[in-house]
Amino acid sequence: MKGGVSVSKDIIATIKENVIQGRKTQEDVGIDDSLAGTAGVVELTQQALGKNISPQVIITDGLTAGMQVVGERFSTKEYFIPDMLASAEAVGAAMDIMKPALESANVETKGKFAIATVKGDIHDIGKNIVAILLKGSGYEVHDLGIDVPTEKVVEFVREEKPGYLGLSALLTTTMTEMGVVIKALEENKLRSSVKVLIGGAAVSEEFAQEIGADAYCVDAFDAVRVLEGY
Amino acid sequence: MPREGILVDRPYERLTREQVELIHQVSMQILTDPGLISFNREAVDILHSHGAAVESIAGDHQSWQVKIPEQLVLKALDTAPRIVKLGARNPDNTLIMHGDEPRVYFITGSETNIWLDVDFPIYVSKADPTREIRVPEFKPRRGTVDDLCQSAHVCEHLEMADGYIRTVNIQDRDITEDNKDVNKFFASLNNNTKHFMSGLTSLKQLDNVVRMAELVAGGKKALEDNPIISFITCLVKSPLQFVDDTTATFIEVCRRGLPVAVSSSPQAGTTAPIKEAGIIAQINAEVLAGITLGQLVKPGTPVLYGSVPVRARMDTLGDSYGSVETSQYNIDCVQMARFYGIPNYSTSGVCDTKIPGQQSSIERLFSDIVVAMSGPQYLHCAFGLLDCNSVFCLLQAVLDDAHFKMIKFFLRQPRIDQPEMEAVLKQIRAVVTTPQKLYIGYIRPLLRSGEISGIYPFEGSGETDDVFELAYERMKELLARPVEHIDRETTSRIFEEIPGILPRLNIYERGS
Ligand code: B12
Repeated sequence: MKGGVSVSKDIIATIKENVIQGRKTQEDVGIDDSLAGTAGVVELTQQALGKNISPQVIITDGLTAGMQVVGERFSTKEYFIPDMLASAEAVGAAMDIMKPALESANVETKGKFAIATVKGDIHDIGKNIVAILLKGSGYEVHDLGIDVPTEKVVEFVREEKPGYLGLSALLTTTMTEMGVVIKALEENKLRSSVKVLIGGAAVSEEFAQEIGADAYCVDAFDAVRVLEGY
Repeated sequence: MPREGILVDRPYERLTREQVELIHQVSMQILTDPGLISFNREAVDILHSHGAAVESIAGDHQSWQVKIPEQLVLKALDTAPRIVKLGARNPDNTLIMHGDEPRVYFITGSETNIWLDVDFPIYVSKADPTREIRVPEFKPRRGTVDDLCQSAHVCEHLEMADGYIRTVNIQDRDITEDNKDVNKFFASLNNNTKHFMSGLTSLKQLDNVVRMAELVAGGKKALEDNPIISFITCLVKSPLQFVDDTTATFIEVCRRGLPVAVSSSPQAGTTAPIKEAGIIAQINAEVLAGITLGQLVKPGTPVLYGSVPVRARMDTLGDSYGSVETSQYNIDCVQMARFYGIPNYSTSGVCDTKIPGQQSSIERLFSDIVVAMSGPQYLHCAFGLLDCNSVFCLLQAVLDDAHFKMIKFFLRQPRIDQPEMEAVLKQIRAVVTTPQKLYIGYIRPLLRSGEISGIYPFEGSGETDDVFELAYERMKELLARPVEHIDRETTSRIFEEIPGILPRLNIYERGS
């Protein structure tokens, strides 16, 4: 039994180390090549589940603990955004693997986050970055895509009941669609069920207030901060 | 290991091969008709003894018309080394220049009279008295030995400065014509371990500075193997005149076998034709005349083809280094030197404006980029120089260093080969199948490899332009970083053997 504990500790520590390195799978090199060729976060998470280690432990002591270090290194400028995103992607992939286990164990995630680029707009680089980072921060992210019609957003909110809805618009001509979505949510009596976050080059704090959004986020990190405040 | 500089893969050229040959031919014609006027007797004798036609010219100053035949020039081009090594106090700073290899070294200089101090006084907004702004203020004053020490010190730490030409003329009260050379050489060598090139104020001091260099290098033979100093002589004054004293200096430098840049600085419009064809044919003739004389004095003397052509400004008829044509002329000369296979000393980065700012940035960067692209070996790219060579500002030198780094990065060779193409093809095919369709994951292996250029190092935050303040911080940082001085023992030998060095420059005796 004693050996079992230390094996699980080892796996969790290795998961953490791989998150810090931003290694999703065995094929990834990481920040340096010290772990090259060894199992990445995906393989390690599978192994951990196979050894009946609880998802809660994997999340807290492996994934989140690793992301904590990544966040610190990012703020001291040792890490760049691609490093942060690589780690977030690795964590996101681990969360996907653990989804069934989490559901059956009734463990709550940080919440469901639906994100979309509004109708008429095809810009998605920023939106994708937000999605990757939020997923890596423990949210269950549903990416509805680009040029998403208002009805589709409303339907998703009604059916899937996400706690949060993120809307992205980069054009002054499409940002008004965000107001349309919020109106439609109100009309469908769904507005109070979901916090609406908006972002993108076209929009601003004032605009968010004007259309009655809950928050404007200047970037993906801002989104993490805002969500943590809820 | 010598310094690497940057090898320009396919250098930018303005002239076709036919144009280069045509210029060569016309330069040869210039050398025989009209030839050069020499105010230096010895040069006349040397050239005459090798077959140049010489004729005395009547007038106040003794002078001679010298007609240099083509075969004399060609012979000189034969004996002039194709490879010139410029040594350094720290051998890792050695520069190796091949006349036919466009490897660019970035060099400081040249000597300015004015040193520009910078300060950041605080102003209060009239409209909003709670708002304070710091505005850079530049104050010119005469350069001193202390300034030269500071400049050599900072340039030691400027990553892109491959060699050091002194940047400031020392004008302290206790500096005289007789002790100037030894002080400028000592101040520079003692604060900088890179190759040191300089002009000479007084021929009488030549042996003293050579002796100083021997002591620093570790002896006569050591200096031969590792020529830590070289000279620059503008022996030909445009149009086509051998100056008396500089020619005498040049001849003596050649006799000692030390490397020397034979430079000419005609001004298009005043001392050279305003047309490109004319100034290039003339400067080429002038430089070749100097090289020929040097090779006759001592065959095999390492020489640099030194070109500092400049266009006149039409409002004052002063120099206009910022003019576009000045860069064109320099690029043409780089090509001429490469045609002869002799390493080239070229000029860029000098600007017309008096203080750092928008104009200086644009003028200097323009010429720095285009001239560097042409692949001169020894690019006197004028770290910190303003006002057409009259003003030096250390802050500007720090800025220039950052810009040269960008230019060096830009000049790197592209990597397009089979394995690279296969790798990217794999990448493209992989990414398009992912939901996000982003290549961000592939950035990482390159992030810390030096393969991605950095952001502008003096980028400010928010709406303010903090470039000067940040560069100033950097300058102070570099000044605070120690330099490797000449050791105590050598220093005392230098002070014992070589007269005239100011006692305050002896860092080991200071305060005692
Ligand atoms: C790249 C780009 C494109 C690419 C998009 C590729 C892609 N896959 O997205 C292409 C070339 C396809 C494109 C097309 C067009 N573009 Co465009 N494009 C841009 C550009 C240069 C950069 C956008 C970008 O990706 N930035 C990088 C990311 C990381 O930043 P971001 O998107 O701002 O996202 C961050 C934050 O804003 C925030 N965020 C963003 N969304 C969200 C959402 C939430 C919920 C949260 C919390 C946070 C958040 O977090 C992100 C990460 O930190 C911008 C210029 C600019 N300054 O933004 C123009 C710009 C947006 N485009 C513009 C235009 C005009 C167009 C076109 C109409 C051009 C044309 N005539 O065809 C088309 C649009 C077609 C359409 N129907 O949408 C204009 C818009 C002007 C306006 N009127 O508003 C801009 C501003 C350029 C300009 N100055 O002219 N474009």
